[in-house]
Amino acid sequence: MPSFVDTQKCDGCKGGEKTACMYICPSDLMVLNVETMKAYNQEPDQCWECYSCVKICPQGAIAVRAYSDIVPLGGVVQPLMSSDSIMWTIQFRNGNQQRFKFPIRTTAEGSIDPKNDAHKGKDINNGLLTDEEHDNGFSLAQPIAIHGK
Amino acid sequence: MALPNKPTGELPATLDPAIEELETDVLIVGGGMAACGTAYEIKKWASDDTKILLCDKAALERSGAVAQGLSAINTYLGENTSDDYVRMIRNDLMGIVREDLIFDCGRHVDRSVFLFEEWGLPIWKTDDQGKSQDGSKGLSPLKDGGKPVRSGRWQIMINGESYKRIVAEAGKAALGADNIIERCFIVKLLLDANEPNRIAGAVGFSVRENKVYVIKSNAMLVACGGAVNVFRPRATGEGMGRCWYPVWNAGSTYTLCQEAGAEMTMMENRFVPARFKDGYGPVGAWFLLFKAKATNTLGENYMQTNAEMLKQYPPYGLAKVPASCLRNHLMLKEMKEGRGPIFMDTPTALSTLSANMTPKEVKHLIAEAWEDFLDMSVGQAGIWAGMNIEPEKVGSEIMPTEPYLLGSHSGCCGIWVSGPEEDWVPDAYKWGYKGMTTVKGLFTAGDGTGASGHKFSSGSHAEGRMVAKSMIKFFNDNKDFKPAIKQSSKELADIVYKPVKTFMDHYEKTTAVDLNPEYIKPNGFQKRLMKITDEYGAGVSTYYVTSGAMLKRAFELLDMLREDSEKMAAGDLHELLRAWENYHRLGTVESHLRHILFREESRYPGFYYRSDFDKVDEDNWKCFVNSKFDPEKGEWSVFKKDYIQIIPD
Repeated sequence: MPSFVDTQKCDGCKGGEKTACMYICPSDLMVLNVETMKAYNQEPDQCWECYSCVKICPQGAIAVRAYSDIVPLGGVVQPLMSSDSIMWTIQFRNGNQQRFKFPIRTTAEGSIDPKNDAHKGKDINNGLLTDEEHDNGFSLAQPIAIHGK
Repeated sequence: MALPNKPTGELPATLDPAIEELETDVLIVGGGMAACGTAYEIKKWASDDTKILLCDKAALERSGAVAQGLSAINTYLGENTSDDYVRMIRNDLMGIVREDLIFDCGRHVDRSVFLFEEWGLPIWKTDDQGKSQDGSKGLSPLKDGGKPVRSGRWQIMINGESYKRIVAEAGKAALGADNIIERCFIVKLLLDANEPNRIAGAVGFSVRENKVYVIKSNAMLVACGGAVNVFRPRATGEGMGRCWYPVWNAGSTYTLCQEAGAEMTMMENRFVPARFKDGYGPVGAWFLLFKAKATNTLGENYMQTNAEMLKQYPPYGLAKVPASCLRNHLMLKEMKEGRGPIFMDTPTALSTLSANMTPKEVKHLIAEAWEDFLDMSVGQAGIWAGMNIEPEKVGSEIMPTEPYLLGSHSGCCGIWVSGPEEDWVPDAYKWGYKGMTTVKGLFTAGDGTGASGHKFSSGSHAEGRMVAKSMIKFFNDNKDFKPAIKQSSKELADIVYKPVKTFMDHYEKTTAVDLNPEYIKPNGFQKRLMKITDEYGAGVSTYYVTSGAMLKRAFELLDMLREDSEKMAAGDLHELLRAWENYHRLGTVESHLRHILFREESRYPGFYYRSDFDKVDEDNWKCFVNSKFDPEKGEWSVFKKDYIQIIPD
């Protein structure tokens, strides 16, 4: 189900620092044509339908048309992301519709503390990870019994 | 037709890319779960002046196998022991695994899951009434005794749409954005000019500007996933991209390391997942959580009607959960004998489950079923939408896919690495630094680590963290090493940009830019590779059957494809990415088939069969098959390595 770009809605992210879909596509498919200032999917048969571009597009300009060699036309699966949840609209070929909302994150974006100082490693020679070293209740499991070595 | 020809991409390649030379103490190649684990952990062990650099060919926020999200964490031990974790994997992978690596992963993996939850990943919980609640309801976290919702003995359900974004944010925050180069594709590793079998650096290029990176490094992690689109897929067009594992995993981990001389292990192993047909949506929750049954066209549960077949493969077929490949083996019998299509009976499962539920609870159940797809395989939802498949009304077809090569899911091909430095680990399994390959200073994790499958997302992250510590220990012990690279940076840039040179030399000679007798475009190259593997290397078209004679023919054709790899042409930066990805696919495929040829048995019935050795031969082949490329001589050797059982039955 390769992603496609709505000609009217896409503005090439001209007001932003980067073209969002081009920045995010893990398969390097979304590109900006600088003459038209419109983005497009340059290799639809290498599109995993991961929806990364659909979810990130600030204009809501990207949707997905199901793989032409597999899926009959008419179905729609469209997300709407917010900071803590995602809303999906499913429209079947026969017109039936379903909506689902799922949480995606319980903390604010950008709030993760990497604890580089708080969890500084202590003993480089043992088998413990840093958070394990800082947890007094943790003990490293050993095999209950050994068959051979 | 518009003459003159011109490159079709938006970012044209040029003949004289800029060269940027970098020096670092530790280089991390890849940006998925394992690499993000390393990124999170490594600075906590390193001294402040240690230089660490991460190169990801995509953007960390959405790269690797978890880019799209996941609906479950498949490895969370909780109340289970690492000993039992080893037993489960040993059986699933037909007896031949590195038990030291698996045990080590098992005793650390939950700690990564605790971190994910602390960072903001919503994890489903079972409340006091025994009902499942999504991860936003504020129930106790796992580390404080919160009860997960198990979809199997080892799996827990999550609201995982943003799983990778969360894990990447932590990795980026810990490593520092200045130490990460995105859209930098590493294509070759470089050995030291003075010390044999010693890693010294890597070369890659920017997918955004005409620039080659030549990077010297003391220690290095290569963790950039498994191999996808190496066999002809069941799709005939656009659907080629809808593979089960991520389409961008091009076997780079395996080819990079094996070309540098790293010993490979179990490259004959593959994974052929049985999934919802064409969309490859997950079936685990349907089987385990919703208790659905898969049936043939006569309505028979083939796992019951074909149960006798399992007895031919003791002990692997006799376990409570038979090995994954054997479950395929039973399904394939139905398909071959014309009793397909195989359907997952979703209506019966949902109506049974909802029999005693309120309407609100039924609605919640249906939402859970859809979330399973929407979190990790949206394309499957698209197929259901387009085909009017409402799971409470009609069933959905399942089918085994084309083969995939990987080391972190239910497969175990990869690289032979050192185990943990502990008394119970056999001497043959350890050489100083956990996760180090047989090339000094070169480490791997995740899909790269061989003979230790079933790590999945969480285990790969934990393994990446363990290797971070190990690499810093290695670096501290080898601080005086000064990497020296044999070739000049210009010579390396010419190697990386050879497909561009080939394109520039010839593209104007014909009237169509993709059709030229002097070169082959990456797209055509990939399709030729897939045709060879499919027809001769046990792909779907022969129901996963090959033989010595078929493999011999495969190698005749692959040898010519390798010659033609010198003539791959790229007119723009995207095509240059594809050219190198397909070069990596070729190396991985050669390794896979070389191992299948050497192993004269059929160790994984349902994943592949040798028609000339169609049995599991415990007397002669209960051993690893390892291989090694000699970068000096350009020669391969393939050999047996002893399997050592550590954990009792």
